[in-house]
Amino acid sequence: MTDTERHEADVLVIGAGGAGLRAAIEARERGLRVAIVCKSLFGKAHTVMAEGGCAAAMGNVAEKDSWQVHFRDTMRGGKFLNSWRMAELHAQEAPDRVWELETWGALFDRTADGRIHQRNFGGHTYPRLAHVGDRTGLELIRTLQQRIVALQQADHAETGDHESRLRVFAECTVTELLTDGGAVAGAFGYWRESGRFVVFTAPAVVLATGGIGKSFQVTSNSWEYTGDGQALALRAGADLVDMEFVQFHPTGMVWPPSVKGILVTEGVRGDGGVLRNSRGERFMFGYVPDVFKGQYAQTEDEADRWYDDQDANRRTPDLLPRDEVARAINTEVKEGRGSKHGGVLLDIASRLPAEEIKRRLPSMYHQFKELADVDITAEPMEVGPTCHYVMGGIDVDPDTGATAVPGLFAAGECAGGMHGSNRLGGNSLSDLLVFGRRAGIGAADHVGGLAARGGRRPAVHDEDVDAAAELALAPFARAAGGVDEDGAAGENPYALHADLQRTMNDLVGIIRTEAEMTAALDRLAGLRARLRDVVVEGHRQYNPGWHLALDLRNMLMVGEAVASSALRRTESRGGHTRDDYPTLDARWRHRVLVTHTRTDGPADPVVPRVAVDVAERDPMRPDLFALFELEELEKYYTPAELTAHPEGGTP
Amino acid sequence: MTGPSDSRVVRVWRGDADDGELVDFQVEAHEGEVVLDVLHRIQATQAPDLAIRWNCKAGKCGSCSAEINGRPRLLCMTRMSVFTQYDEIVITPLRTFPVIRDLVTDVSFNYTKAREIPAFVPPPGLGPGEYRMAQADVERSQEFRKCIECFLCQDVCHVVRDHEENKSAFAGPRHLMRVAELEMHPLDTADRVPAVQDQHGLGLCNITKCCTEVCPEGIKITDNALIPMKERVADRRYDPLVWLGRTISRRRD
Ligand SMILES: Cc1cc2nc3c(=O)[nH]c(=O)nc-3n(C[C@H](O)[C@H](O)[C@H](O)COP(=O)(O)OP(=O)(O)OC[C@H]3O[C@@H](n4cnc5c(N)ncnc54)[C@H](O)[C@@H]3O)c2cc1C
Ligand code: SF4
Ligand code: SF4
Ligand code: FES
Repeated sequence: MTDTERHEADVLVIGAGGAGLRAAIEARERGLRVAIVCKSLFGKAHTVMAEGGCAAAMGNVAEKDSWQVHFRDTMRGGKFLNSWRMAELHAQEAPDRVWELETWGALFDRTADGRIHQRNFGGHTYPRLAHVGDRTGLELIRTLQQRIVALQQADHAETGDHESRLRVFAECTVTELLTDGGAVAGAFGYWRESGRFVVFTAPAVVLATGGIGKSFQVTSNSWEYTGDGQALALRAGADLVDMEFVQFHPTGMVWPPSVKGILVTEGVRGDGGVLRNSRGERFMFGYVPDVFKGQYAQTEDEADRWYDDQDANRRTPDLLPRDEVARAINTEVKEGRGSKHGGVLLDIASRLPAEEIKRRLPSMYHQFKELADVDITAEPMEVGPTCHYVMGGIDVDPDTGATAVPGLFAAGECAGGMHGSNRLGGNSLSDLLVFGRRAGIGAADHVGGLAARGGRRPAVHDEDVDAAAELALAPFARAAGGVDEDGAAGENPYALHADLQRTMNDLVGIIRTEAEMTAALDRLAGLRARLRDVVVEGHRQYNPGWHLALDLRNMLMVGEAVASSALRRTESRGGHTRDDYPTLDARWRHRVLVTHTRTDGPADPVVPRVAVDVAERDPMRPDLFALFELEELEKYYTPAELTAHPEGGTP
Repeated sequence: MTGPSDSRVVRVWRGDADDGELVDFQVEAHEGEVVLDVLHRIQATQAPDLAIRWNCKAGKCGSCSAEINGRPRLLCMTRMSVFTQYDEIVITPLRTFPVIRDLVTDVSFNYTKAREIPAFVPPPGLGPGEYRMAQADVERSQEFRKCIECFLCQDVCHVVRDHEENKSAFAGPRHLMRVAELEMHPLDTADRVPAVQDQHGLGLCNITKCCTEVCPEGIKITDNALIPMKERVADRRYDPLVWLGRTISRRRD
């Protein structure tokens, strides 16, 4: 395949969302030549859809806020399973990352004294989310995109070529990572437009491909979210962690059917919106779990006073972490107190003046008006849980984003650890900036280190390129062969996808049981077999059926990782709820489930098999551990672990 | 539409850079659906290789731009219910940009133009975290930053629609608005007025407001960005002293 188009870079960034762009900027600023590859047009990555805000303890609205409080909230939200080092770095560095955006031209909403305004969100003790109305992700991605353009302009001034150090390959999908002696050497992909293949060679690759939501039927995620990065990493030899933890956002649209799953920002509740069941009751007061008792208001009066005076009152349980709210809605609907179309009601109309709603939540107003004929300033919205975010992801070194594969780094939603079992709203955008930058540094240092040691750059092997090309073309080869011997036409990728989504939704959704997990794994095995017969029509030029057929490889691998991990964890925690093991189990708090590709058994090159092992999370550093009250930790930790606390536990 | 579910004929342009034609599809449309849903159904059941761009399906990413009955629109924000039983539904690619395949066009023009506009120039001596701006002062630029880069305004503007020859000299409404956004940014220190006329082609715009009419974000492109920029240009051209005075006062504060 020597005639395949080839490009060389120092750092290849796969993904042009917040994490990928921030990594690329950092590597370029450190003098390296960077290539960015993404499936959509530049500026359309999923990050553009983020609404509510970006969490950073700047203390602009609540002076008492600090990184320590943000760190504690993040650990609490994740039910203490988080990589504490990531949570620490994140809380410490997020303010600098947000301020830096202002120097690149971002325009956040302002406080009265001209600083960046911060809004309330679930699980955050203080108003902490920097935002622009309810279109914060757009501001973030546009600012990073414009920063890339600024750097390209600087390069142009110096070299006469905009793309001498930073080049974006848009609408180009990577299907395989290429390795050399175990180290990453580059990537193989195709141009969506032409279907032609392309090979990138680079001694460092940063995965920033986002999430997995398109494996579920009801989701807030776009077609891009097919778990590519997670599957690419697995196939290259890296591990995934925490894949059982999938976040179902409590408030997705439920009606009309065509918009089911589209997100309704938590900002609605942050700004005063409340949840009610069909009887008009504010049901969340009945769902404050023991671990959060005492931290949330117990009466509607107190909850309402909290918006104005947060020192004297406790916050409304409408703003409990997302896993709690999603489960509560699920129960209300199951017990017959749901709304007309199987959700609950989210009411902002009776809480704020119409003008104020339009000013603070313009895109929500627009979205309901246009898509559901609902005027949210006059009527309540109907909402229900939607698959939104995956906490699990590629196992990385907290400080550098390095994976177990030399030269391979990961950041953003495709990386795991930071959010533990449940992510707080707003903590993703800040995660992208903090760890995107760190992965950019990690990759730059790796390339620098290689040069300093006089090391050879890993080389791409022709046979690997040929193998990747053959796998990519397989769906056409079968089409050319026409119907197979027994006369059955091949599998339609759209039908396979729909089956996969239904399986994940019905069996690996919010509430899980052993029997369902086992059934899910069975069905996934069936889908794996059917994928071998997938057939696509037409030619290679911009062919979405073909693209989907290739994405299905990744969705299946990741689906198996989620179901296998969920089967293994016999407790309920954050984004993983087992009906057969309904409570937290302290013995599971320090255990991390690690997914890797399987080396035993029959090999399946199309969808390599995965296995899940149990590993131990390192105990929290003592100074961080001491930031928590012993009394709180007792709800999560085993007595033996608590002896490490300065107040000592009784062993 | 009449009932909760309906069968409709949708005419979709199919083809590539060389050749193409309208193809009729008979397809189900359910209550509440948007045009993109119906195109997805065609993809899943009749034409698996039908090329469409889309991402968010909620009017947030600006990917799904096309023309419906000749009008530039987002496929994901156009409800099927806006068409009566008797309306034709004809879906064609954006006309101003070269077709790649079916409804997908080559929009690289817009990315090239974006690069020609000098980036934000921060005030010297103000570090990260030290920026202070009043909400009232950022609101104007914030309106322009709502832009989702759907390029519908670029598509509709008659300066470049069917006028390939103007493309090199004209940035288009989206990017002229980007210049305005930076010009009105309270802390940007560059002077952008001469270039907006001389390099980005503001003079070619004759304020027809077609761009404003198609903008799915409801941005008042013409009134709030283009006309004020034209005024700034006019001020300078007629009276150099105004320019001098402004520059000096701007440097002072
Ligand atoms: C509707 C919605 C609202 C949200 N609101 C908030 C919020 O208010 N606050 C918050 O903190 N978080 C929010 N989130 C979560 C947050 O937006 C995402 O987690 C985050 O944007 C992910 O960013 P990323 O950089 O990791 O990936 P993305 O922005 O998703 O980017 C992934 C990139 O990888 C590319 N890619 C993927 N696979 C391949 C491949 N095989 N080859 C080449 N390129 C590939 C894609 O094209 C894309 O460019 C929200 C999410 C949704 C869906
Ligand atoms: S107002 Fe100007 S930019 Fe807008 S469509 Fe008319 S001529 Fe084009
Ligand atoms: S200004 Fe409006 S129409 Fe033009 S690209 Fe932006 S969002 Fe689209
Ligand atoms: S799909 Fe994003 S705007 Fe239509």
